[in-house]
Amino acid sequence: MTIHTKTLKQLSQDLQAGEYSSQELTQVYLTRIQQHSALNSFISVTETQAIASAKQADALLTAGNASLLTGIPMAHKDIFCTQGVKTSCGSKMLDNFIAPYNATVVDKFNAAGMISLGKLNMDEFAMGSSNETSFYGPAYNPWADNTVPGGSSGGSAAAVAARLIPAATGTDTGGSIRQPAAFCGITGLKPTYGRVSRYGMIAYASSLDQGGPMAQTAEDAALMLQTMAGFDAKDSTSSEQAVPDYSASLNDSLKGLKIGLPKEFFDEGLNNEMAAAIETAVNEYKKMGAEIIEVSMPNLKLATAAYYVIAPAECSANLQRMDGVRFGHRCDNPEDLNDLYIRSRGEGFGPEVKRRILVGTYALSAGYYDAYYIKAQKIRRLITEDFTKALETVDVIMGPVTPTPAFDIGEKTADPIEMYLADIYTIAVNLAGLPAMSVPAGFIDNKPVGLQIIGNYFAEAKLLNVAHQYQQVTNWHQQMPQGFE
Amino acid sequence: MSLTTDDVNKIAYLARLGINAQDTESYTANLSNMLNLVAEMSSVNTDNVAPMAHPFDTTQRLRPDQITEGNQRDNFQAIAPQVEEGLYLVPKVLD
Amino acid sequence: MQWETVIGLEIHAQLSTKTKIFSAASTAYGAEPNTQACAVDLGLPGVLPVLNQEAVRMAVKFGMAIEAEIADYSVFARKNYFYPDLPKGYQISQMDHPIVGVGHLDIEVEGQTKRIGVTRAHLEEDAGKSLHESFHGSTGVDLNRAGTPLLEIVSEPDMRSAKEAVAYMRKIHELVQYLDISDGNMQEGSFRCDVNISLRPKGQEEYGTRAELKNINSFKFVEKAIYTEVERQKEILEAGGSITQETRLYDADKDETRSMRSKEEANDYRYFPDPDLLPVFISPELRAQVKADLPELPEAKKQRFVTDYKLEAETANNLASSRPLADYFEALVKSSGCAAKICSNWVCVELSGALNKQNLSISQSPIDSDRLAQLLQRIADNTISGKIAKQVFEAMWSSQDSADTIIEAQGLKQITDSGAIEAIIDKIIANNPGQVEQYLSGKDKVFGFFVGQTMKASQGKANPGEVNKILQDKLRL
Repeated sequence: MTIHTKTLKQLSQDLQAGEYSSQELTQVYLTRIQQHSALNSFISVTETQAIASAKQADALLTAGNASLLTGIPMAHKDIFCTQGVKTSCGSKMLDNFIAPYNATVVDKFNAAGMISLGKLNMDEFAMGSSNETSFYGPAYNPWADNTVPGGSSGGSAAAVAARLIPAATGTDTGGSIRQPAAFCGITGLKPTYGRVSRYGMIAYASSLDQGGPMAQTAEDAALMLQTMAGFDAKDSTSSEQAVPDYSASLNDSLKGLKIGLPKEFFDEGLNNEMAAAIETAVNEYKKMGAEIIEVSMPNLKLATAAYYVIAPAECSANLQRMDGVRFGHRCDNPEDLNDLYIRSRGEGFGPEVKRRILVGTYALSAGYYDAYYIKAQKIRRLITEDFTKALETVDVIMGPVTPTPAFDIGEKTADPIEMYLADIYTIAVNLAGLPAMSVPAGFIDNKPVGLQIIGNYFAEAKLLNVAHQYQQVTNWHQQMPQGFE
Repeated sequence: MSLTTDDVNKIAYLARLGINAQDTESYTANLSNMLNLVAEMSSVNTDNVAPMAHPFDTTQRLRPDQITEGNQRDNFQAIAPQVEEGLYLVPKVLD
Repeated sequence: MQWETVIGLEIHAQLSTKTKIFSAASTAYGAEPNTQACAVDLGLPGVLPVLNQEAVRMAVKFGMAIEAEIADYSVFARKNYFYPDLPKGYQISQMDHPIVGVGHLDIEVEGQTKRIGVTRAHLEEDAGKSLHESFHGSTGVDLNRAGTPLLEIVSEPDMRSAKEAVAYMRKIHELVQYLDISDGNMQEGSFRCDVNISLRPKGQEEYGTRAELKNINSFKFVEKAIYTEVERQKEILEAGGSITQETRLYDADKDETRSMRSKEEANDYRYFPDPDLLPVFISPELRAQVKADLPELPEAKKQRFVTDYKLEAETANNLASSRPLADYFEALVKSSGCAAKICSNWVCVELSGALNKQNLSISQSPIDSDRLAQLLQRIADNTISGKIAKQVFEAMWSSQDSADTIIEAQGLKQITDSGAIEAIIDKIIANNPGQVEQYLSGKDKVFGFFVGQTMKASQGKANPGEVNKILQDKLRL
């Protein structure tokens, strides 16, 4: 077995056993990143820092002071601030932004001894579902030529799928972990809102954003989440709820597990082959002793509408700090103050970001606030109530992550609305703040398909258990794209 | 809901967002389409529903009043476009 | 036509917390530019606000002091606009759910008490400072002040004159210092005020269109600005014109107000709840704790001074209007053991006069209450006379010495030895037979002449009571 195909769990065992050093391991992945640079999954590769950190990790490993993840390479979505390293958020606006501090998540992985190899490509300010809005060009899906890896955490998904890194961080505002995980055939987890600190994670829509792990397996996702999760005094919205041992319950039996299937997930919008794939996956659970229950969530259909008010409204304010005064892009020779603002922002932001800023600004403006913003927040409550009601009768909710497998590059760029509608199955979860996973569940035309598992608040351990058990009886998650084995 | 290019220019100014004149039409079309998408919201009666600003109802935690942030001016201004004598510079603001 | 002036005030009081409202950077005044602006204050990407508990506590304290409703839960909102001193492109403020609701405050103008309604008070963050001088055509931005906690106190349009407005502003100023929630320093901008002014024909119910005068930071200017603005509006209205609702700037140098319309340009602040901050619940524990910490308020203190110390209402009011002054007075009564009237007299007349002369506040007084107490004790025990005491007081003002040291060093001890006084008096009687004659023939007024001569001869040190007694004895012969 070649090193780069190993899971975090296996790499951890090998490092502790001294099979190879962290420096050797780091070099293996750095070489692969270089070899497969055509995937465009990285915005920055921090080779020098990585080698230095690996050296330190080796010292700890030799001394027997290492923790489980010490010395294992990974990479961060370029939305997480990394001190001394460019943190672009996929935007020209921040192309020159060298973060003066670390995100809490970055600090936590550093403290755990993991080796960051660089920063991963993403849709500009996490706005997009295909990685095509990145200032650095699209990342590519390793499974098929000219195909999107999904977004916004497209670089993370592509790099993990291509085994350029064993695991990565991502963020999910409307599906940005789950959808690229599904498109690239990896395991992604969007935790409960508040479970992972948002400090130093550049905000898109603050009440929806949540960081989470992207890895090959649920078992690895559990290890990653263990490191990421927890209360942070620097984030007022982070939860003080104790973090359980996510690995401890992975092997719990699923006998009697109640799985809810929302009928709204399986209506006419769903591709037939996708419906069949999900059904096959659900049947695996039946074999493990799970009980299937149909549930109804009538307001789900309004999720996209509500999301495209709330997220743009929040982002329009969040991105106002990008004004060319204290950091980031500044236009040449501004004539006056307004010219400085208008041109710096006009030049710094791409079209998708501009669209969302405009819609958000409009939705909050005098005379429209109640009709748009307040209305959307009310619908947000209705959707949340649909979920909480369903989760009173079932343990988890299952369904597709996407209506179709990965689409071609350029296929949906002409009509932004078409792109938005493709996030129909993921968006509602963010509005409710619930945790959800995407697990590899087969292929359509050689393109991966994801099964979505949604759980109750802070039920990440349950989700990981449900996903892990599936991965014990299937091998979809072990499949690798051709040319990257 | 349909917007005019004038509306879009007004919104763009409120957001201090430069848009090339030749792109205004397409932004106007995009925005109108987005508003049509969100107009679906009006299909549901929400008269007795409380707006939900946060995923769940928790309380703001309060921070003790202790100084833990020191002077990092050099560090922060290393990434600034234009500074002089410790000040951020912008084009002359007329009062 | 007879016009009635209608005035409402929005007062911004900077809260005297150690750190910013949403960051742990210092709020100290006068630091080098941008050395107290941390990543949160600068609005760098990814950083988040965390609310300062002390700011909340202070706001609740203010609310309780004006007998206002304290919100069960309170929400922070973003107020969006672009300006270089506003790093995030929005100010975190409060809109729909302010922390302090409806309350009131009583003011006194020309002997009349009037109740002024307070609509609300909310927490918000201050902006930074733009420096327009030099920098070859550029403006420099200092963000040290960005994020400093402010309590914005909004009054009802209940004031009808500049005098009432100033009385209200003074009362709030006095109160925030009393509560120890703001230093009230107007030079440093810790206490400033926006004034809303409109006129309406006397007897008319409905309000006229108002103008808002922004950011005035002295009582004098508030008064002058109101006079000036009222005159301006009156002229327009009497010429048949109408007032434009707008923000105006008061220029103290020219004593005029002028439109700031250029800066306003149809602001649409797009308020919405800040998703980075959760609703603040004011717990019963916090309420109870603040209530217990609430100092005695000026009105209650005044009443107590009248009842307990038997002070005149005016004196009590004087002392109670400032918490440090009242504390000084009470400390003086306690440590001197002297009559409250004498103590209040010394604090209100001698001490306050000396402080005023040098423009010092009570907390800057060169003579603390313990030193003054010793002086008063020396009057009480007849070591010195009241007149000599003033002389000792002056010496104490310019030195660190105690009253006793000065009395000793300058030989100011009162002569109470009747033998010594008798000797002086005998000499005076002998030297002034004519006056003795006059007195004995019934001219009682001449008695004063003998007292004066005796005091003069003793350099003021003779005990006046003793002098009187001995003189009466001797002159009866």
